[in-house]
Amino acid sequence: MSFNWFKYSAPMNFYPLAGKLVPIFWLLALTLTGFGLYWGFFQTPDVLSEQKQYYRIIFVHVAASWMGMWLYAMMVFWGLVGLVFNTKLSFMMAKATSVTGAFMATIALVSGAVWGKVSWGTWWDWDPRLTMSLILLFLYIGYMALQSAIDDPRRADKASAVLALVGLAIVPVIYYSVNCPNPNECASLHQESSFKGVESNILLSMLVTALGFWMYSFAVILMRVRNVILAREINTKWVSELSDTNQ
Amino acid sequence: MFKTFLMILKRDLKLALRRRSEIFTVLFFFIIVVSLFPLGVGYDEKTLQRIAPGVAWIAALLASMLALERLFLSDYADGTLEQMLLTPQPLSILVLAKMTAHWLLTGLPLVLVAPVVGILYHLEAKTVGTMMFMLLLGTPILSMIGAIGAALTLGLRGGGVLISLLILPLYIPVLVYGSGAISESTLQSGNIEPHVLLLSAFLLLSLIFSPWATASALKISLE
Amino acid sequence: MSLTVANLQCTRGDRQLFSGLNFQLKPKQLLFLEGQNGSGKTTLIRTLCGLFVADEGDILWQDQPIQEHLEAYRKELFYLGHLNAIKGDLTALENLRFNHAMSGQNCRDDDLLNALERIGLYGYEDFPTRQLSQGQKRRVALARLLLNKSPLWILDEPFVALDVAAVELLQSIISKHVEAGGMAILTTHQAVPLTQGEVQHLNLDQYASQAGTLSYV
Repeated sequence: MSFNWFKYSAPMNFYPLAGKLVPIFWLLALTLTGFGLYWGFFQTPDVLSEQKQYYRIIFVHVAASWMGMWLYAMMVFWGLVGLVFNTKLSFMMAKATSVTGAFMATIALVSGAVWGKVSWGTWWDWDPRLTMSLILLFLYIGYMALQSAIDDPRRADKASAVLALVGLAIVPVIYYSVNCPNPNECASLHQESSFKGVESNILLSMLVTALGFWMYSFAVILMRVRNVILAREINTKWVSELSDTNQ
Repeated sequence: MFKTFLMILKRDLKLALRRRSEIFTVLFFFIIVVSLFPLGVGYDEKTLQRIAPGVAWIAALLASMLALERLFLSDYADGTLEQMLLTPQPLSILVLAKMTAHWLLTGLPLVLVAPVVGILYHLEAKTVGTMMFMLLLGTPILSMIGAIGAALTLGLRGGGVLISLLILPLYIPVLVYGSGAISESTLQSGNIEPHVLLLSAFLLLSLIFSPWATASALKISLE
Repeated sequence: MSLTVANLQCTRGDRQLFSGLNFQLKPKQLLFLEGQNGSGKTTLIRTLCGLFVADEGDILWQDQPIQEHLEAYRKELFYLGHLNAIKGDLTALENLRFNHAMSGQNCRDDDLLNALERIGLYGYEDFPTRQLSQGQKRRVALARLLLNKSPLWILDEPFVALDVAAVELLQSIISKHVEAGGMAILTTHQAVPLTQGEVQHLNLDQYASQAGTLSYV
């Protein structure tokens, strides 16, 4: 049996499919996030000491900053697919992804700031990871600003896809410059992996939470893309039939 | 192909020379921004020397931003850009010529005026030399990456502010290594070679990809 | 040599302009595009130039899709839109020299001056074009037609802003081009008399799409 992928690249066919997938992703999101955070909050050892329970913020912070980066890559991926195959739906996916990506980058920033306040006594520290989250948020804001500034959806989709692509090409350079502002010191001060020596218990709950965030992102992106489809295809026959049957 | 490049470059320079005020606008913007900082943070010599590299670069970023909106706008408004898209020559060559003209008119003057920053911020001659060299290396990157933003926002409402939103975050590596090298050169044992190499690599990267990205952006904007 | 359009469909925003458009243009043929405002004349012209990609259908030049052979196609194409592509700070001669050289065809200054004289700008060659009138600026743009050797001309409203003498001149330039074996596509209500060759008319209103214009009650 062959599964016809191209059938679902048409918004008309994707809309009902997305509708069916949303509850599944919500269920997975709640289960995984719930389990990951429960495990992280109550079943992991107190690595530092009894008083320093605040370290558990990382279960949210790490998952959110991963998602911020992954969703940017996913947004670029959909934009690229759209540019190459000229499929409307992929641009709509890219557009829907940007909002969730910006949300995740914001969560990463806020949780990072709270972490900073309790551990270093300051809301903001120019730590490379936090700085990178901030820059990522700027990139998302630029993407969304360009989207909303262009009236013609076709131009808006393609232009923002090019912008995201350029952003992705420069992000590694930005990442390097933020992590290593003085290249004279970088050779010796190699950034150590943060996972070294982390207990597998902690790592596991981080991964499960991140997986839960993934599922949440899928659910929300699909919900948003359904709205985008309706808004863009409002003049077509299938949408008017859809609203007739719903009345 | 090279003939086309030269032709567009010459035309853009000729047009700019017939409207000289626009070149000076950018230049004086740079000088004004640079001289406002001491008024804001105080005249302490040590402080000024310490902030000079960052201030000079941020002023350069803003100044080159200022001229970006006009990069394609007048050609777009009078139909020249449409004609350029319809020529048999590759669009990326035409775009590269316009970027070069933009740099000669807005980037190069900043390099030449850098000694003024040196005087205002009590910098040593050696530091001023590094500053000029780093500006020479970094400002072409600003023109090239900026052109992508200018092409994407062509003809949009509030285009100027929008470009800054899209492009300023992408300028971060230039800012970090450009000013990093100048600070480094004030030290006794300073070694700016890694900065120079990194910035050159970024310059090369932009030279390869930005004409192509700008050309695709222009095609999208003119559809 | 021919331009063939098959089953073309174009959409702007969420509005479908026309669909199922077919026509063929051969040497010694002149095509008039007609239609109401908003019927998609300009979009069709931009699509024929390769600036805009149609939703469906093919545009073939010498039986090759134009989007796949854009550079070769553009050597054979001359397009003039509503805008003159004239810089106010450059003189008429400089404008013409630049615009003509951009289309990849070489030519000496004598020919340029000659073209400007024939289009009725004798004595204005060295004035910055911002000092010229609307009609004179249009003439600077049209002077390119006298030098251009491309077989296919696509002109969007070429007669706008011209006085009676210039209209007659342009009519004769276009008819000479077509009679000499060229092709031209025009959007205009101005007739162009031909002694040889064939005139076609294409009314876009007949291809207007009914779908997509939903009425809300």
